[in-house]
Amino acid sequence: MNKAILKIENLTTSFRIGNKYHAAVDDVSFTVAENEIVAVVGESGCGKSALALSIMQLHNKLRTKSEGTIHYNGQNLLKLNDTQMNKVRGKELGMIFQEPLTALNPLMTIGKQIEENLDYHTSLSKDEKKQRTIELLTQVGIPYPERTYKQYPHELSGGMRQRAMISIAIACNPALVIADEPTTALDVTIQAQILDLLKDIQTRTKMGIILITHDLSVVAEVADRIVVMYAGQVVEMGSVKEIFSNPLHPYTRSLLNSIPSATHEKNRLHVIEGIVPSIAKMDRVGCRFQDRIPWISKHAHEERPQLHEVDKGHFVRCTCYKQFYFQAEGDESTHDITQSR
Amino acid sequence: MWKFILRRLVVMIPQLFLLSIIVFMMAKAMPGDALSGQELNPNSNPAELDRIREELGLNDPWYQQYGRWAANAVQGDFGISYTHKTPVMDVIEDRLWNTVFLAFVTLIFTYMLAIPLGILSGRYNDTWVDKTVTGYSYLGFGTPIFIFALIMLFIFGFALDWLPSGGSVDSKVDEGTFAYVVSKINHLILPALSTALIATTSTIQYLRNEIIDNKIKDFVRTARSKGVPESNVYSRHILRNSFLPIAAFLGYEITGLIGGSVIIETIFSYPGLGQLFLSSVNLRDFSVVTAIVMMTGFATLLGTLLSDIILSAVDPRIRIE
Ligand SMILES: Nc1ncnc2c1ncn2[C@@H]1O[C@H](COP(=O)(O)OP(=O)(O)OP(=O)(O)O)[C@@H](O)[C@H]1O
Ligand code: SF4
Ligand SMILES: [Mg+2]
Repeated sequence: MNKAILKIENLTTSFRIGNKYHAAVDDVSFTVAENEIVAVVGESGCGKSALALSIMQLHNKLRTKSEGTIHYNGQNLLKLNDTQMNKVRGKELGMIFQEPLTALNPLMTIGKQIEENLDYHTSLSKDEKKQRTIELLTQVGIPYPERTYKQYPHELSGGMRQRAMISIAIACNPALVIADEPTTALDVTIQAQILDLLKDIQTRTKMGIILITHDLSVVAEVADRIVVMYAGQVVEMGSVKEIFSNPLHPYTRSLLNSIPSATHEKNRLHVIEGIVPSIAKMDRVGCRFQDRIPWISKHAHEERPQLHEVDKGHFVRCTCYKQFYFQAEGDESTHDITQSR
Repeated sequence: MWKFILRRLVVMIPQLFLLSIIVFMMAKAMPGDALSGQELNPNSNPAELDRIREELGLNDPWYQQYGRWAANAVQGDFGISYTHKTPVMDVIEDRLWNTVFLAFVTLIFTYMLAIPLGILSGRYNDTWVDKTVTGYSYLGFGTPIFIFALIMLFIFGFALDWLPSGGSVDSKVDEGTFAYVVSKINHLILPALSTALIATTSTIQYLRNEIIDNKIKDFVRTARSKGVPESNVYSRHILRNSFLPIAAFLGYEITGLIGGSVIIETIFSYPGLGQLFLSSVNLRDFSVVTAIVMMTGFATLLGTLLSDIILSAVDPRIRIE
């Protein structure tokens, strides 16, 4: 494995609601190595954005607290002050947001918004900055970079805006880019192009990428490893190959089954009913997923299930998976646990 | 852009035409005319007055009178003031400048207060700073301008006697000297400050709310993700976007001040258009009244145009063709 760039250990991020703090990211640990794409997958409300913003330290400090450690380059990002963190943000860590229209300043030209990144992290002259910006726009596949340089966000299409957003994130050759649902707001055809572009850039620059998505099918081709999150916790983690060929957690299986594919003609809807609990209402004692698998008796579960390493690099937070996992070996009908409903 | 401005100016012609008819009719509908006052004079001869009326065309049908008036008005000639016995434009000119100066200084005071207070209040919202500023704003909303102006006049004009309590310039200084300019400014301060202290509160609250809205926008988070220091996140992103609607409002603000100067000018006996307007109505100085209303109407239309131009200049999403 390549050298680890970012090492997250026991990260817990809580938001203040009223006068109590509730964890939206709960004891999350994983690493990202250089030249690696780690996908973070989970439904809406699982804490993916909260995780991304914790790494970037972009939460409102008055209402949020983060505990644990985020190791980057020999320092714990959570211990840095704003001035120190501003030297890391944009330079070492880049971020791509979901909604490229609102994420760009409507009153600033695309060129200026990219150059702003260079303003704070490089000592390039005005002309050099412009040259570098045009170069970046070319790299992300914008057809008329000279023209786009002078355009405003509203003058570009969604796909072009997201390309511009990507060039902002990679302007200073960061070691790691966090992409928070970079394709969710885009058309299907554009989605594929943007993912290809990210993969392309990653291959070229050897940077690490944390790719956040709620759609497992998106990551199958580009990611190296997958971190599945549910209700703020990591419920399963492993290589793409492992997760797709041997998913163990019922939640992962339900996510996989909701991928439309030819072999699943018969059972089109495999999504497990129910919704992600809100952070204030989360059951923090039992397994957080148990409400959504009613066919398993409550008593069968361990309290606070822990992440177990079941295979090298493959972790799962579920004690009962063996029940249906081993049954599945012999009995085809219970293989698909969502079917047994 | 130029085409747009030109087109807007052309559209103003029928608007002004309509306004002029209404103004003219209303002025005619006022009881009495410029000579009514003299009927009370025992020395005046009613037959003589009628002859003068006939001579002045005051007995002609209204459309003839209107036609004559409008033809001259287009050339900037609003006739002779009956009370001042001089061309209306001469009567108005000095007053107009006084009002424009007052409006200008008032605007400067208004923004000098609104910008820092609005920024502080919006940036540090819900802190004691914000609560103090908001408290002041509510006081400003609730205080009628004429009461506040009277209080200011009493304190600074009489009790402390720091500033002149009326007029637009000291009669003892000669025009064109430095002392003259200083005296003019001294006379402006009290009326301008009184208006600004009250008028600024709505701009403060507007700016505050814009900042609070903008600081949680996605693009602000993007700026932070680039490592932009907080002070520059404000100056380059939050504030620019928050000033936008305020800049666009400038045009309306200016016309508001010119139109709304009657109360302040009367209280501070400041010889501006508003005061002239009021006295001309009382004296039935028909030609002056119509001229002022027409000019204010024209200023309002220009103000609207100015606002549109500013908005298109500062907001790239709005392009006027
Ligand atoms: N600033 C905040 N204050 C309070 N609660 C928050 C805040 N931000 C997020 N949450 C809560 O934390 C939980 C996780 O939210 P988060 O935005 O991280 O989800 P997500 O996985 O990114 O979902 P999505 O796919 O919708 O983006 C949700 O229950 C959300 O309501
Ligand atoms: S521990 Fe039990 S309730 Fe939780 S996910 Fe596993 S099977 Fe479901
Ligand atoms: Mg999100």
